[in-house]
Amino acid sequence: MRNNTVSMNLNLKIWRQKDGKDKGFIEDYRLDGVSPDMSFLEMLDMLNETLIREGKDPVAFDHDCREGICGMCSLMINGQSHGPEAETTTCQLHMRKFKNGDTIVIEPFRAKAFPVLKDLIVDRSAFDEIIAAGGYVSVNTGNAQDANTLPISKINAELSMDAAACIGCGACVASCKNASAMLFVSAKVSQLSLLPQGQIEAEARVQSMVNKMDELGFGNCTNEAECEASCPKGIDISNIARMNREYLTASVKSQE
Amino acid sequence: MTVKKINGNVPQGDIKNIWEDHKFKSKLVNPSNKRKYNVIVVGTGLAGASAAATLAELGYHIKSFCIQDSPRRAHSIAAQGGINAAKNYPNDGDSIWRLFYDTVKGGDYRSREANVYRLASVANNIIDQAAAQGVPFARDYGGYLANRSFGGAQVSRTFYARGQTGQQLLLGAYSSLMKEVSKGKIELFTRREMIDLVLVNGKTRGIIVRNIITGEIERYAADAVLLCTGGYGNTYYLSTNAMASNASAAFRAYKKGAYFANPCFTQIHPTCIPVHGENQSKLTLMSESLRNDGRVWVPEAKGDKRPPNEIPDEERDYYLERIYPSFGNLVPRDVASRNAKNQIDAGKGVGVTGVAVYLDFRDAIKRDGVDTIKAKYGNLFDMYERITDENPYQVPMKIYPAVHYTMGGLWVDYNLMSNVPGLFVLGEANFSDHGANRLGASALMQGLADGYFVIPYTLGNYLATDKTHLDSVTTDQKEFEEAESIATEKIQTLLNINGSRTVDDFHKELGHIMWEHVGMSRNESGLKTAIEEIKKLRAEFWKDVKVTGMNENINLELEKANRVADFLELGELMARDALERKESAGGHFREESQTEENEAKRDDDNFCHVAAWEFNGVDTDPIRNIEELSFTNVALTQRSYK
Repeated sequence: MRNNTVSMNLNLKIWRQKDGKDKGFIEDYRLDGVSPDMSFLEMLDMLNETLIREGKDPVAFDHDCREGICGMCSLMINGQSHGPEAETTTCQLHMRKFKNGDTIVIEPFRAKAFPVLKDLIVDRSAFDEIIAAGGYVSVNTGNAQDANTLPISKINAELSMDAAACIGCGACVASCKNASAMLFVSAKVSQLSLLPQGQIEAEARVQSMVNKMDELGFGNCTNEAECEASCPKGIDISNIARMNREYLTASVKSQE
Repeated sequence: MTVKKINGNVPQGDIKNIWEDHKFKSKLVNPSNKRKYNVIVVGTGLAGASAAATLAELGYHIKSFCIQDSPRRAHSIAAQGGINAAKNYPNDGDSIWRLFYDTVKGGDYRSREANVYRLASVANNIIDQAAAQGVPFARDYGGYLANRSFGGAQVSRTFYARGQTGQQLLLGAYSSLMKEVSKGKIELFTRREMIDLVLVNGKTRGIIVRNIITGEIERYAADAVLLCTGGYGNTYYLSTNAMASNASAAFRAYKKGAYFANPCFTQIHPTCIPVHGENQSKLTLMSESLRNDGRVWVPEAKGDKRPPNEIPDEERDYYLERIYPSFGNLVPRDVASRNAKNQIDAGKGVGVTGVAVYLDFRDAIKRDGVDTIKAKYGNLFDMYERITDENPYQVPMKIYPAVHYTMGGLWVDYNLMSNVPGLFVLGEANFSDHGANRLGASALMQGLADGYFVIPYTLGNYLATDKTHLDSVTTDQKEFEEAESIATEKIQTLLNINGSRTVDDFHKELGHIMWEHVGMSRNESGLKTAIEEIKKLRAEFWKDVKVTGMNENINLELEKANRVADFLELGELMARDALERKESAGGHFREESQTEENEAKRDDDNFCHVAAWEFNGVDTDPIRNIEELSFTNVALTQRSYK
């Protein structure tokens, strides 16, 4: 609501790629009259409206809720997942964080397991496959007992919620030099391992999810903590430690 | 023209026993026969994911479709505040009957009583189910579930997971869905958009979808189709809905004969972040739970431009507390929204644009301390600051109403089946439970009630009665062929127009017309204007829209054009419904029908019914059928929150 009289002129360098088979390249654009109150995606909307009027193909990017919760938006902005602002998704990043005359480089999230589909859109279905491998409590509808028969300490409930806040955007993978998905996987493992419901499957869950992660081509963790720094929901790296502990325990037990 | 009276198929009897009796009388599908049935579920929000998972658990073969790259991203995820259930854990006088009563009253007596009672009675099971899935609900220090209060209720019955209740409930339903995917009981089709419904011999037998990645048009056949595709708030362009939220699946079903009920019942949510400018692409809601501790006010004096903290208490008008002493800041959404508009219209709006009111936490922070407020609303305050660059711990928030939810939707009977056999409609996409206004924390409740606890029984009864699977239907039949060729032709037409205006340009103009004339306050001449203007705009769209690119690739403009083409017809239907409903009810405020105190005035003699619109050709007036509503358990009274 402030600064809306000042507008900015920007130089954009955007990754363009026709489809999955295309090689792709960086294209330069000049965009004038950007309002600081616009969100980053509204800035891209503005560019696209211009491109369409010129009869050119607009830049394809993923987005949906535009309020930082669906996890659909992505983008490497000047080399950082979701841009420069901490704990902020691209859709919630505002242009007031940039300066008049800035050059902004916009690329897709890159990882072996996230192939580019077009321009800035990548395929993140590998995350769904990992969840399908065990990221659930096997309780069919109708089985549940009264919710209050299972008290859960406030501390564990809060820690579980901290982990459950993950939006599955893939920023952790894109910012990791190994393209590791361990922050994502550990968030789900932690959410469920901190709660009494689902303990019965805990060992099988962690093994199956980790194995699936490896199989899909995600790398390993080498403690750089880039994932935590880039996570728009502030998921803590200690979840990875918890997952490793769970995994180790499960492996030892299953050998017995 | 004779008005057709339609029947909601509500079983007779004491409302408390209807659902139990109905379940007992419903036919069952033998466990070993369930695997012979194919069911299509379109949408993976709370309703779609819960229905797909539950039906798969029962043994049906499910095909699940969503627009996004993953079923976890459906817009249910954005619901913040909570989910209602009458557990009465706080011991404050709640009961199923009270939840039922509040919901019927909150809906301003335009919902179907029996549906609402069923909703209230299964709500407790939803909380149990979600907790068992590992949804991390808020807890108190003893480890028991915490509750908070919400607009339209005087008890604390809302369960929550911080400000992300929708996300957590959706991820719970999504995890159940993925569990069934891993077992091969659900086939998942992501990045697919439904573009038509296929009927064979008058029954729903399949859908046509567009593969968003390749542009291929695909055909799928089934014994029944469940539409769980959400509401149509994006008809207004600016709304709190996600960018891809659209009405096309429901609208294509309408054009195939399904009735569209009460399209004018839209909810304008009172606590959203105000519009900043023409480039704005969507509006962000701040959970209504903020009204538990925030106080809404405007300056007493018109055009008072002092910063809010310099305006002393005696020069502030806490208008909701003044007008509605017993509910205060917690009046239902429609009442809160309309009052905000009244203040703006009276010239008392605040901020640069003058189109906002204050929501102030100063007193709550003084009373409870910053830490308590932070624990309750921290993420919402952060979100507000990120968007507006203002710190709500120090200066009051500025809020204004925005389109949020649509109570209207495809008409369904008590079994959630539309008038087209085999087409079921769940969640926000149907019309039945919220009447003319939805109470806060009831959308999550309804979506999950429909999916987890209603459809498993009513679908089984349909399949066991209908024996549809006995006539085999394949996708190479002429009905599929025809639907596909119509869809393909439409896409080609859109691509060939090559006009001068972008899709968004048309959508924004439609949004302006809708907000101006079919928004918070409506009148006969405005609605007539809207109908004419929309018709004109629609004609222009088909002559002058510019859709770049081709079909055989990711083409976001083509997707939008397909949706906007439908919004341009639906907008007219909404205006038409609003015009014909010459009463005020809930979110539908007709200026011609108000009490002396400017509150919404219903006309029960003439409008105690559902308007179920029947398609009759694009440029021909649709037919207004009605379903009479009777209120035998909650007496019809003028709502009062004073």
